[in-house]
Parts: sequence; C-alpha cells; structure tokens
Amino acid sequence: MAIISPSTAEIVRQSGAVPGAEYLLEVSNVRKAFPGVLALDDVSFRLKRGHVHALMGENGAGKSTLMKIIAGIYTPDSGSFKLKGQEIKLTSPLDALQYGIAMIHQELNLMDYMTVAENIWIRREPLNALGFVRHEEMRRRTRELFQRLDIPLDPETEVRDLSVANRQMVEIAKAVSYDSDILIMDEPTSALTDREVEHLFRIIRALKAQGTGIIYITHKMNELFEIADEVSVFRDGRFIGEYKAADVSRDEIIKLMVGREITQMFPKEVAPIGGVALSVRDLCLEGRFHGVSFDLRKGEILGVAGLVGSGRSNVAETLFGVTPATSGAILIDGKESAITNPGVAMDAGMAFLTEDRKASGCFLLLDIMANMQIALLRHGHATAGFVNERKIEALCQQQKNRLRVRTPDLEEPIINLSGGNQQKVLIARWLLTRPRILILDEPTRGIDVGAKAEIHKLITELAVQGVAVFMISSELPEVLGMSDRILVMHEGRMTGIVDRKDATQVRIMELASQ
Amino acid sequence: MATDISTAAPASEARQARRRRLPPELSILAVMIGMMLLFEVLGWMFVGQSFIANPLRLRIMILQEAEIGIIAVGVTQVIIMGGIDLSSGSVVGMTAMVAASLAQVAGYTHAVYPSLTGLNPIFPVAAGLVCGSVAGLINGSLIALTKIPPFIATLGMMVSARGVADWYTNGQPIGNLSDSFAAIGAGWWPVIIFLGVAFIFHIALRYTRYGKFTYAIGANPLAARVSGINVERHVILVYMVAGLLSGLSGIVHTARAISGQAGVGVGFELDAIAAAVIGGTSLSGGVGRMTGTVIGAVILGILTSGFTFLNVDAHYQEIIKGGVIVAAVVADQYRQRRRKGV
Repeated sequence: MAIISPSTAEIVRQSGAVPGAEYLLEVSNVRKAFPGVLALDDVSFRLKRGHVHALMGENGAGKSTLMKIIAGIYTPDSGSFKLKGQEIKLTSPLDALQYGIAMIHQELNLMDYMTVAENIWIRREPLNALGFVRHEEMRRRTRELFQRLDIPLDPETEVRDLSVANRQMVEIAKAVSYDSDILIMDEPTSALTDREVEHLFRIIRALKAQGTGIIYITHKMNELFEIADEVSVFRDGRFIGEYKAADVSRDEIIKLMVGREITQMFPKEVAPIGGVALSVRDLCLEGRFHGVSFDLRKGEILGVAGLVGSGRSNVAETLFGVTPATSGAILIDGKESAITNPGVAMDAGMAFLTEDRKASGCFLLLDIMANMQIALLRHGHATAGFVNERKIEALCQQQKNRLRVRTPDLEEPIINLSGGNQQKVLIARWLLTRPRILILDEPTRGIDVGAKAEIHKLITELAVQGVAVFMISSELPEVLGMSDRILVMHEGRMTGIVDRKDATQVRIMELASQ
Repeated sequence: MATDISTAAPASEARQARRRRLPPELSILAVMIGMMLLFEVLGWMFVGQSFIANPLRLRIMILQEAEIGIIAVGVTQVIIMGGIDLSSGSVVGMTAMVAASLAQVAGYTHAVYPSLTGLNPIFPVAAGLVCGSVAGLINGSLIALTKIPPFIATLGMMVSARGVADWYTNGQPIGNLSDSFAAIGAGWWPVIIFLGVAFIFHIALRYTRYGKFTYAIGANPLAARVSGINVERHVILVYMVAGLLSGLSGIVHTARAISGQAGVGVGFELDAIAAAVIGGTSLSGGVGRMTGTVIGAVILGILTSGFTFLNVDAHYQEIIKGGVIVAAVVADQYRQRRRKGV
C-alpha cells in the first residue's frame, strides 16, 4: 500500500471524509532495541475511534517506548504502523502531529518564561500580513480553549508562576488544541489531585464523544476502571494481551502485569512506637505556611494529606532546611536545632526524598553510582578527601540488590532508567545515610504497582526498625493504608491530625478542603 | 518475580557494556593522532621534511600550549561545575606584573620596589598565586552569593584585572628578572608544571569528594543542595582553584619571557575554554575529564605549529582553528546522541 504524506492525511482529515477503518491506529509486530535493552519485542496495539485504551505494565515494561514510537519520537527497528487503514511511517514528532497524533508527556515540556498562551500556540502562532504574531488573537483562542475545557487560568500568566498541577492542565489543553484524532496521555494524573483528575476525566469524556481515540497510560487502577474501555497489558517489553475493561478485575490485571500475585497492597505492620524523634512547634515560612505543630515518634508513619499547593511540600522543605523557617521551632530528640541548610538536617539524622525527581532529585548526566553515593559522602567514607570507592561500591551494590533496581550495572547513566528505577536509586541514596527521620514527598509518584508495593513494604520495615517517617502523598489510599496518623493541610495551614482508626477518605477530604 | 530485563539480550548487552567502558577520550585521541599524521603527509608533500621527527618542533609545540593548558585545567573544573571563567587571560596579565615586580635582580636601582630586589623566587611565586586566588575568590563569591551569572561576574573580572595590570606600572614592562626566577620557565619546566597540575586535578576530579561535588553541582545544583552539599562554598572553592591556576600560568609565562608585561594573556581564556571543549567537556556542566582537556590543549598546539610548519598564513590559521573547535563540539554531540540511542 502506498504511503500517504502528512499533508494528504491532513486534507482528508479536514474534509471529514475519513476512511471508515474500524481502528484509528493499528501497530503490529513492533520491535525496538536500545543499548543494553530490548525495549519492545514483537508488540502489537490497536486503538478504536472514540475509545479510551489504557496501557498497563510495570516500569520498563515498554509502555512509554511504544507511546514514543506512536508519537514519532522514536523510530521502530521493525514493524508496521497503520493509521486509519493506511500504512504510514513517522519520522518526527512534528510528523505525528500532522497525521493527527498528539501526546501529553509524562515530564512537563513547557517553557517557563513564556506565557500560557505562547506555550500552547508555539509554532502555530496566528500571524498578520507582515509575519508578526497577533497576540490579541492568540489570547482570544486560548480563552476560547480554556472555556471549552473549563480551565480557570489566565492566558497571560507565565508558566513558571503556575503550580505543577496547573502546568499539567496547560499541557492537556495544548494537546487538545491540536484537535487530533489520537491523543496520548502518559500518566496525566500523577501531578493532579482528585478534584483535578475529575476535571480531566470530564475533558476525556467530551473528547471521546467527538470520536477522538485516547491512549491512556497510568499506574492507578481506579482510574483504569473509571475511564478506560480497553486495556492492553505489557510486561518486559512484550505484549501480554488486550482486554475489555469491563471484563477484567483489578487483581487479574495486576497479576498479568507482574506475572505474579501481589497479596498485600499496603503491608502495614504494627511498629513499636518509641519516644518523640521530631517535634515541630508553630513552624512558619512567610507566605507559604504557618502554625504547623506536630510530634513525630520513632517507628511512627505520619502521613500528610492535602491538595497540591496546600503547603505540604513547603513544610517538608523547611524541615530539611532547603527553605529555612522564618519562625517556629524544630526539636530533634527534644533539643531545639536551627535547621538552616540541608547539611544541618542530615547531620541531625534526617533524609529527604523530594517530590520532583527530575528537578531536585536526579543528577541525570551522571551514572547510578554517582547518584547513589552523593549524600553518603557527607558522612565520612573519605580519607583525606579521597573517596573509598571500593567500600562505597559494595554499599551501593547492596542497596541496588535490596531495592531491586533493574540495571545491567552501576555505571549506567541514570537517565537510561525508567522513572520507578530512578526513584529506587534516590531512595537508596538516602537509605545509605541511615536516617532516623525520613521525609518522603510523594515516594511512589509515577511508579508501577510492583515497585510501589516494594517501596511500601520498605517504608513499613524502616518504621519497624524505629525510623520516624513523615510521608506526603496525593494518593489517599496510600496515606490511609500506610500511616499511623494523618496530618491534613489546607492553604498553608494545618487543619487537623487524624488517628489511623478514625481516618476515612471522607474525613480527610473534609479537612483538606475546609 | 518478573524476568529481569538484563536477561533479555545478554550477548548484545555485554558488547554494549564493553563499548561503554571504553574511555570517551579515545575518539579525541584518534583525532589528535590523525592530525599529526595529516601534517606528516602534508609535510613530505609540500615542505619535503618530517613533521613528527623533529624534537625541537615538538618541544616548541608543547611549550606554547603549556600556559594555555595550565589555565585549561582550572577552566575545565569550572565548566564541569556548570560555570565559565572569562577572566583567566586578564588574571595572567595581572599576576605577570605582580610576580615580575618581586623577581627583579638584586641591586637593580630602577626596580619597581628597589628595597625588594634579589628575593628568593618563592616570594614572587607566592605573590602571583595569592593574586590569582584572590581574583578567583572574588569571582566565586560574586557568583555564589549574589547569584549573578558566571559569564557576567568573570567578564567584570576580565576587565578589572586587565585594568590592575595596566595600572600597576602605568603600562611599563618590568624587566631585569633574576635568573633563579627565570629558571621556572626554562627548558621543559612549563610542560612539567602543566602535566603535574593536570595529573593532580585528574585524580582530584575522579577520586575525591571535591571532584564528586564538582560533577554533582554541574549536573543539578538543586539536587546537590538537597543532598547536603554546601554549594556556595564549593563554587567559591572551584573558582579559587581556577584563579590560582591562572596565576600559575602568569608566573610561568613571565619566567619564560623573563619580563612582566601588562598585555600578556589576551585571549588565553578562550583558548583554554576551547581546549576543554575540544576535550569533551560539556558547556552545560556535569560532563568532562581532565585527560580530554590535556589532549584538547595538545590538539590546539598541533594546529598552530603544523600550520606554521607548512607556512600557512596566520590569518588562515585562525580561520581554520575556529572551524576545528566547532567541528569538535559537533562531533561530540553526535556521539553522545548516538550513545543515548535516540
């Protein structure tokens, strides 16, 4: 069959005389290898018009690679690619857009110093006769788009002033603005709270009604059953099967994904609760939060809930000295300490897993070893400045095995790992420092169920060993399942601390929106 | 348990791992050798003599790059840390004057400091090193504490340090330097000093905490801070090291020229940056190695002496040199993209 050009496809698309193929997209027998890894092995995938097709699989199962092939970012080594029954060949993301395939990336790809409107219409700016950008028209189109999607943002805001959740909404609006036939969403909800997720689902349902086919990657089971029509499961770069969402159960999917059964999602063990490890009195960071007070005991997991932007992450950053408090007191083992920078916090036995892996966690250019050992270097392990490589390598190897980081070796650049494995490396970084107080900000964001269960188990184990855990999470089941007590925040203040036995989703949501 | 991906393609993975372990300098070393062979062939074709089999030429070639090389050792570290240092050339000029003024022969009546002549060379050397370090301290403090871009901070120092050099003796050169001071720049000493500092900092970058912190800050300053690194202190330290090495280069240059001149070192900073970049140091930080920089400096030397040997006009030399620098970076980017498999 002749390969049609993007411009021909575009003309056909605009004329509305869309060929009546049953499937919008049919990808078959795709293979893609990367240095050291066979990412996709003979994978097939089909998408129907007006359907939401979910892709499920653990980290490194090949979902993201397949999506990047469909979006024209990667070229497959072999396999066929049919769009509405026509064989095509994508050579770039731009190509894919012209064929009507748009993608919302897992990592945000917006330009910080440009406005929302400029970001959305980049490369497609309305121009006047002289080739200048018509800003007024661009604003009008943005407002129109936002109205359609019910997004309450000002088109003139610079993206750097937006919260992560709002940036995600801009990304979604941008992808929708292409009016594409196929929309790929790679974990669109990982930065969103429940309310925003609902909003996104309304948008998705409207798009479905227009006949758009949506490919939806997620790690969250409840989303799958709420929004998806079909599910394709992947494991280790192979296609396991396609199922109707209505016909399969949550447990069946998990089993298909991991190839084994996960018996317990939140393996909460009763840990002996010891003395107060961390005590916070009336902590305040001007303009961010105020009046935060709590005690955290050895062996206790204190969950922290609240909407994105409620000041949860700011509290964590202040506890660790990234943004020192403007007033209030932090007492460690009963002694007041001035936590003025992260070094002081580390010396006091704290560790801090940050929310944003890419921005404040990984050294993306460096290898796994360098990423893992960096916090440890503060605690000795060097003679006259010379790092004891052999000893540290042994320690890193140990952590790698303990956390089951999937990599051929420790010299692999961390950028080549999947999100879940990167997270494991960062957790290993902090475990190496043997912390007594562990601050976790979204420890399982963007991580598959298998790895998630492993991390939950690990957190519980640490608590049993007497580590005090401060755990922020946007996922209510996680907070409810893991915590001994739950601290809830709303708009920069603490609205309550709920005991495990009294905690329900409803109670927490009430406090979080009070 | 799910099968580990490493078992999916064991043979190709082992091959990949082997390829990955080859040091990245190999390709740049190949370029260096290729260039020497090219000049050798061109030499026999156009000049009728050998380029390589001429010890005197090789020595001059290495000597003239040693001063640039010493600076490049410092600049490489600054660039790995995500910064840039434009002030090195001016710092060379400034330390040249300061060191020379304390190195004049005993009893010279027209000396800058008539009471401070005939000093042990240790004093001018120490003064030059302190002078360079202070310039670096100012650079580093400005960058770390006021958060202004390194380009601006060191551009300011570039202008000011040159001003200090001119002001020091109102632009008069300082001559009559003692033999014991001049000995520092004699024979193979500049090369030994260059390779010595390159070796020291090669070890420091690879095996010490100093090095690990430098790479970490260059790769992600925010993550470095959250990992407990005192980023400000380390930034100041690395710029001080760069300043110190610029000072050392100024001392070597003055000793070799046996005279202190305010105008020396113009453009050295760019040659040093070029040496680092040709050697594979990434201007966006986090990537680079000292061995690459040494090879980069030698490549610049081969170009200059090769063209002189072939009697190529000096203007053409500069034009071609510019092209080589850009080509080196393009080749490096291409190689890195391929390694990532995109």
